[in-house]
Amino acid sequence: MTDSTDTTETTPPETATDAAAGDATPATTTTSEPVISESTLRAALSTRTRPPRPSGVTASLIFAWRAMLKIRHVPMQLFDVTVFPIMFVLMFTYLFGGALADSPREYLQFLLPGILVQTVAWITIYTGMGLNSDIHKGVFDRFRSLPMWRPALLVGMLLADVARYTMATVIMLGLGFALGFRPDGGPLGVVAAVALLLLFSFALSWLWTVLGMKMQTPEAVMQTSMTVMFPLTFASNVFVDPDTMPGWVQSFVNNNPITHLTSAIRDLMHGSPAGSEIAWVLAWSVGLVLVFAPLAMRLYNAER
Amino acid sequence: MPAPMSSPRGDGLPRMDTTLAIETRGLVKLFGETRAVDGIDLSVRAGTVYGVLGPNGAGKTTTIRMLATLLRPDAGTARVLGHDVTTEGDAVRSLVSLTGQFASVDEELSGRENLVLLARLLGFVRQQADERADELLDAFGLSDAADRLVSTYSGGMRRRLDIAASIVVTPEMLFLDEPTTGLDPRSRNQVWEIVRVLVTAGTTVLLTTQYLDEADQLADRIAIIDHGKIIAEGTSSELKASVGSGAFHVRVRDPERRAEAERLLADALAVPVGLDADPAALTAHGADTERIAFALAELGRAGIGVSEMSMGQPSLDEVFLSLTGRPAEDPEPSDEEDVA
Repeated sequence: MTDSTDTTETTPPETATDAAAGDATPATTTTSEPVISESTLRAALSTRTRPPRPSGVTASLIFAWRAMLKIRHVPMQLFDVTVFPIMFVLMFTYLFGGALADSPREYLQFLLPGILVQTVAWITIYTGMGLNSDIHKGVFDRFRSLPMWRPALLVGMLLADVARYTMATVIMLGLGFALGFRPDGGPLGVVAAVALLLLFSFALSWLWTVLGMKMQTPEAVMQTSMTVMFPLTFASNVFVDPDTMPGWVQSFVNNNPITHLTSAIRDLMHGSPAGSEIAWVLAWSVGLVLVFAPLAMRLYNAER
Repeated sequence: MPAPMSSPRGDGLPRMDTTLAIETRGLVKLFGETRAVDGIDLSVRAGTVYGVLGPNGAGKTTTIRMLATLLRPDAGTARVLGHDVTTEGDAVRSLVSLTGQFASVDEELSGRENLVLLARLLGFVRQQADERADELLDAFGLSDAADRLVSTYSGGMRRRLDIAASIVVTPEMLFLDEPTTGLDPRSRNQVWEIVRVLVTAGTTVLLTTQYLDEADQLADRIAIIDHGKIIAEGTSSELKASVGSGAFHVRVRDPERRAEAERLLADALAVPVGLDADPAALTAHGADTERIAFALAELGRAGIGVSEMSMGQPSLDEVFLSLTGRPAEDPEPSDEEDVA
């Protein structure tokens, strides 16, 4: 009898605590006992004045800074711009060097500008994949509801990617010099070549931006971009002179923007006249931006 | 910043008080065949909290996203703080903040970086942005976790950061999409407290929720929506009066007198009274609150001792049951709302 009254009396409070404990988020809440006082909250709310909105350039740079912060938190994101370039330079130099030229060192003079183009062009496809996984996150709703120059977010991300391309370029050039790459064009030629490469890569990444927003998953983005990139980079003059290729292949290769870019960069680095090739690359770059940037913005502004 | 205008009541209210912060007429949003929002008329007075209550998939998120200019209405008009959401999107964006249903903060950055980023995007220069971030972190009890990645935050911390990010510049209008879904009770109370303080500072708040008690606690007026339509609108007491109370439990001291209590209660409450498995307990659903007070007095007059009694809020289910004659079903996990 006493037992039963005991249980009936203690049951309600027990179930109450159980329910409360079940609801509470475990562990993490206890470590951060929040202290929210009404007065500090009130004080924090007094800021109603809005500073003048940042310019489009500033906003873009702020988004580039966001991308840099992410890299700082997860440095593994740099894997593609550090390890791949090193692997590519070493592999192609030593696999093909003996067969295609007399020695790896000799082949390197021809290959390095090309492999630079190939590697950086491939790295641009990570832009689309990164965007694809990023754009569906809740934080993009907030960005899109901010009063600012709307393309800033995409431009900023692409600028940060240009920084990544630069890193890959610097690593490859450094490795190339160590292996015996000696460009006749001197520092000026090399810098001009790198600038052209970065410009084209920035333009090309708008294409992946469009794919990144259009496709459902990062995997789909990856597969589509690879389908584009394989013929573009391999059916080009990156590895060998197109003269030995059958005529129909040549007609593709010679009109491939990657071929133009590789020729321009080779000529700039080795101090040969490169005027018309540079013009082709500039034309391609402008064309890519004119077509894909507005398309990207339309997709970005579209509803999700 | 030590507030020169120390009375928060003074700064935001006077100009807007009588105007409507939100006015929609016949708002419609289609997703393919689905009419996610099907002709919604809302009138939200400035300086108040307006609650949009409904089950998953009712069209709450879609409505909020249209008001925050993230979705374009397919029909109807919506004005936010006097600006049309379709033709004056930029003006709307410069007056509102949105706290989305799924934390709209950057998980891959620290809490501090999130706030600095937003402050800078809103035009603060570097040092001001840092100061503002610190001030907000402090006010929202996040100083200790400021430099941790948001992905390590608990749900409550994430929510607080999310709201802090929405008030880097105190907005005229704040949209809160299910601000407490998935939070533990203490975190929920904190969010409520923050919303209350915000409103005293003059911000108009539109919040969506699945919880009746949340709407009841915070909102001056509530719209109940179902299948993209408003099925009831009013103050919380108006709505509750139309629904009655939730479950009313009584435990009499002497089980022998339960039958007598049942008769008395049924008369006083004017609703059927059920007998629980516990031989001393009775339960009634949907009784009017004033009748409950009267019924208890009746029990006292009859000399029937009451050992326990409790009165539950009517649940969203009960509200739905009374308004629509069917329970608030949970249609397919609201894919449309998630993706939209």
